[in-house]
Amino acid sequence: MVRIGMIGLGKMGLSHLAIVRAHPQVQLVAACDSTAYLTDVLSKHTGLKCYADFDRMLAEEQLDAVLIATPSKLHASMVQKALEKGLHVFCEKPFVLDVHDGERLVALAEAKGLVTQVGYHYRFVGAFQEAARIVQSGALGTVHHVRAEAYGPVVLKAKGGTWRSAKNEGGGALYDYACHAIDLVNYVAGTPSSVSGVVRHGVFSRDVEDEVYCSLNYASGASGQLCVNWSDESFRKMSTKISVWGTNGRITADRQECQIYLREPAAALPELKAGWTVRYTTDLTEEVWYYLRGEEYSAQIDYFVKSCEQKRLNGQNSFRSALDADRVVAMILAEGSAANPGAGAPLVSAAAAPKGLLSRIFG
Amino acid sequence: MQGNHNTMDRVLFGDNQFFGVNHMSEEKARAQQMRFQDLQAIIDVLDAAYQEGIRTFMCTTHDRVEQICDYFRANASKYPDYQFYPCMPYAHKYANAVTEHGMIDALRKFLPDDGAVGAMLKGGMALANKDIEAILQLLIDAEMKMFHGLKTPVISMQNVITDLLLGIGMKEAFRIFHDHVRNKYGAEAGFITMNTPALLDVLDELGIENPIICSNINKIGFRMCGGIELYEKTLSTRKFRPVAMSVLASGAISPKEAIDYVCKLPNMESIVFGASGRANIRQTKQLIDELWVHRS
Repeated sequence: MVRIGMIGLGKMGLSHLAIVRAHPQVQLVAACDSTAYLTDVLSKHTGLKCYADFDRMLAEEQLDAVLIATPSKLHASMVQKALEKGLHVFCEKPFVLDVHDGERLVALAEAKGLVTQVGYHYRFVGAFQEAARIVQSGALGTVHHVRAEAYGPVVLKAKGGTWRSAKNEGGGALYDYACHAIDLVNYVAGTPSSVSGVVRHGVFSRDVEDEVYCSLNYASGASGQLCVNWSDESFRKMSTKISVWGTNGRITADRQECQIYLREPAAALPELKAGWTVRYTTDLTEEVWYYLRGEEYSAQIDYFVKSCEQKRLNGQNSFRSALDADRVVAMILAEGSAANPGAGAPLVSAAAAPKGLLSRIFG
Repeated sequence: MQGNHNTMDRVLFGDNQFFGVNHMSEEKARAQQMRFQDLQAIIDVLDAAYQEGIRTFMCTTHDRVEQICDYFRANASKYPDYQFYPCMPYAHKYANAVTEHGMIDALRKFLPDDGAVGAMLKGGMALANKDIEAILQLLIDAEMKMFHGLKTPVISMQNVITDLLLGIGMKEAFRIFHDHVRNKYGAEAGFITMNTPALLDVLDELGIENPIICSNINKIGFRMCGGIELYEKTLSTRKFRPVAMSVLASGAISPKEAIDYVCKLPNMESIVFGASGRANIRQTKQLIDELWVHRS
């Protein structure tokens, strides 16, 4: 039985709460959030012991692990306190906003022999796992290009007042959407060594970017592209896709399916024939003990619980792995601010929102 | 208004295909969205289903369902026995609003602007017992508005909400939903879930007898949490009114094999399926009629 305390009961926090509480190997000891009405409701109607103060919860409760789902700017200090207390840590993405904090925390966790995991749930989606397996097998030949895309309908008009729209707090499409796509690139094709041609624009937002585009450059000479836009209403919900091109074919994967084209059969993966193979997430995904809104959300929690039980320190989505995504984010921020100091200025103002392309160009 | 123990139709028509939900392919989902952005295309499919003898439309409270409701209100004489089984809410509109506005502002956005609850939320006061009930009732009423004047004998809670509340342990919400749906709409409450055995334990505990539970039931055990054996045992030993969905497991099983499996399960009451073409609707409906095991 793993004794867990939860910190942060926002949208992701509540989703985690349901999954954690339903896990047969978890004893959810307490939860913590600064919003009194929420903790009042939860303690009164679900019997959950709630704290408003994270330090007090750590001091008073006997825990094995914590799950942190607070706004991103709070991650570093909370993770540090939990690690210093000797607790295993699951932290929502992005891991940290400052790479130096991340390096320090990776070292601390490794020195203390603690389990760490970050909530990059796409690594638990069958189609993406299959894409990573195929690329890493070498079946595509020499990889020369990768493209990661994430689109969705989050900010569709000029306004918004949560931390997700606040600069320096981990808001914006870069931290909310792009880091998922970046982590997928790292997972499937490896971490790029530099970025260039960064575009970060507010389409509707004043203080943060709604779209992020950049080139990814690999030490091998391979190239990549990142295309992210959370102001695209044509998508029903967040939709993420990765494509990898190699000398022997290409692969495209999204949450639903993995499409593979091979020019020649590959010795490493004899089950794949020349030409097209399509594999569906429904076939690739293992059933979970509790389903809320996708197997991957339950699977990542189950994986973390097992890591805690087995003291698995080098598991999927460790702090070390998630820090690679933070490093790419830092490169995008550095390159973007040097190349384009106006990044983040909205194309569309709240006062007069021009609609057509012409009015965007001339307005 | 319908009584509480109406039998449900054996075959119900679902709406995933109309709103770009496809568990297999985003491309197919998008193609469906394009096709069905025209209301008439949706009506044509519902018409085809009606002509095959399917008169119940089980649908989410997606914004576009309002137009469908308008059509059926305007053409009531053409479909005298037509009925809706609303499933609420269409969760993405809430989820996107929470990301944009934060939880409390999003909640406020979906509640009527006037009245005591809005004022209370604005003040950030703790939500006491009575207030939760009032808020849930207001949310249900807001979702039900689009169905005014139409028959809605079964009103269901969407699985993402059922399973969120179930996991968190907010059991009381099931009781509030059940009672409000019954008292205000004269309807039977349904609960959509991916976790039938776990939900049934809680509904039993709450004293909600013989509940309508709609969940994935298919031969390959796709999204049947607890496992297919436990589902089969639950179906044969426990008292509830099962509605099977994802019977075809998004196309992973052949239709005949898939429907044969579900039709032979004990106590099955209804099957909900969605399709876009007349031939598919006819084939599925005929297979169910042919393979259904008649129960006493």
